[in-house]
Amino acid sequence: MIKVRNLKKNFGPKVAVNGISFTIERGEVLGFLGPNGAGKSTTMRMITGFIPPSEGEITVGGFNMVDNPIPAKRLIGYLPENAPSYADMTVQGFLGFTAELRGLRGDAKKKAVNRVVEMCFLEPVRHQSVETLSKGYRHRTCFAQSIIHDPEVLILDEPTDGLDPNQKHEVRSLIRKMGEKKAIIFSTHILEEVEAVCSRAIIIDRGRIVANGTPAELKQRSDSAGVITLRLGSGNASAVAAKIKNLSGVEKSLVVSESPITVRAFPKRKDRSDEVAQAVSDLARKEHWVIQELHTEEGRLDDVFRNITLPDTTTTKENA
Amino acid sequence: MTGNVLTIAKRELKGYFSSPVAFVFIVIFLLLSGFFTFMVADFFGRGQANLQPFFAWHPWLYLFLVPAVGMRMWSEERRLGTIELLLTMPISPWDAIIGKFLASWAVIAIALVLTFPVVVTVNYLGSPDNGVIFASYVGSLLMAGAYLAITAMTSAITRNQVVSFIVSVVLSLFLILAGFTPVTDLLVSWASPWLVDGIASFSVMTHFESIQKGVLDSRDIVYFLSVMVFTLFTTGVIIRAHRAG
Repeated sequence: MIKVRNLKKNFGPKVAVNGISFTIERGEVLGFLGPNGAGKSTTMRMITGFIPPSEGEITVGGFNMVDNPIPAKRLIGYLPENAPSYADMTVQGFLGFTAELRGLRGDAKKKAVNRVVEMCFLEPVRHQSVETLSKGYRHRTCFAQSIIHDPEVLILDEPTDGLDPNQKHEVRSLIRKMGEKKAIIFSTHILEEVEAVCSRAIIIDRGRIVANGTPAELKQRSDSAGVITLRLGSGNASAVAAKIKNLSGVEKSLVVSESPITVRAFPKRKDRSDEVAQAVSDLARKEHWVIQELHTEEGRLDDVFRNITLPDTTTTKENA
Repeated sequence: MTGNVLTIAKRELKGYFSSPVAFVFIVIFLLLSGFFTFMVADFFGRGQANLQPFFAWHPWLYLFLVPAVGMRMWSEERRLGTIELLLTMPISPWDAIIGKFLASWAVIAIALVLTFPVVVTVNYLGSPDNGVIFASYVGSLLMAGAYLAITAMTSAITRNQVVSFIVSVVLSLFLILAGFTPVTDLLVSWASPWLVDGIASFSVMTHFESIQKGVLDSRDIVYFLSVMVFTLFTTGVIIRAHRAG
């Protein structure tokens, strides 16, 4: 649905986006991650046609965003950063206005407004003016606007920013549900959100893509990925650690605590950690250890995020 | 295309009337035009059945009131960030520019229509040339449109409404003074007459005065329309430049 090729954007001498390419198909939810100022919002603004790229090509549903913006924009629903809306309008008026700009009139417009009011839980504030609303409601009003025409492509710039945990949960499940039929891009700072919602994540740093993969693949790149933790009811911790270290495929083992006995095993290869876990479990049965916990670490996305983006920020400082 | 212009114009117009802007403008315009016509220009004392003292003040009233109506046109969009919503809708930016302009122009037109008691009064007291009055109304509306288009342009430059207001007052003042008789008299003493005429032909005064004589000359209409087209086009260019960064 969306093809982005070698996208670049300069603001004066400052390079905001420096050669980003990716594609996304229907049924995918793509998470945009990155530190502040990495170029996430700029990239989204270019994809939605708000700002023209300095270089590169964007096509949405086969339409080029620069040469043929109107049919391309028709396919997109967009929630800009900070969820702007007209303060002087009522929720219903605002949604009706955006529906009309999306070409919905009369009955179709009324139905579309009713649908999104229900989906985004806006019924209690329907006739209130936007400026009297709390941030959460304001945010959802703008979100409702983005899905009013049931678009094939959804672009959401920090859709859960400023929401309370319940509202975050609602928005996430909404995104996940819609992601089955649409192509969705959303940016976030919350890493657990990526794991909960995305089928694929892209990490952007200083205008470039530094990682691109499923959340599971990205987590594999974490230092702690594949580490096996074993907790026992009784026994001698260092003896257990020594026996585990002798298993094939184990790089080293480590006593984390004596009581309760907790031992950590580091596999030689992260992608072979399942075999190591099996071996540890077999060993435990043979030795008649009483297992309280046997756990394989999946890796942590925030470790990966820090590993990828931190060294780069230090080089920026050196360059500057 | 036209559908989108109407949708946007309708929203803007609602926006004007859901805030005090439109009411304040209309009330102040009516009060001031009444004050100048009856108190300052001594409408009754003149003993003439025409609305010349009423219309003569319009260029000066509009100088401050029209920028006050139009200053929020684009600066507010930029301040709220709604410009990002508006320009990612499947519409042409021109739909938005024209729609917003027409809505603000409609507010001024409403104020102008509400001055009808002065027409009734002059018709009651004497027998004026209603053709001249009609032409003057059309000229006044066109002049307001020209000021407003200038304000649209200045409001696209900045997110600050005050800056937008001041810049458009200055630009409009220049358009008045270029053809204001005291100024042209001053220029005549050292510049050649064709130059003075040339400068004056850029002024709203020259064209508004000629319309007030009761002749809707195509040159005057073309002048006002071209000011609007030029400044609205520039508005589009400015908005595009801002997006490009």
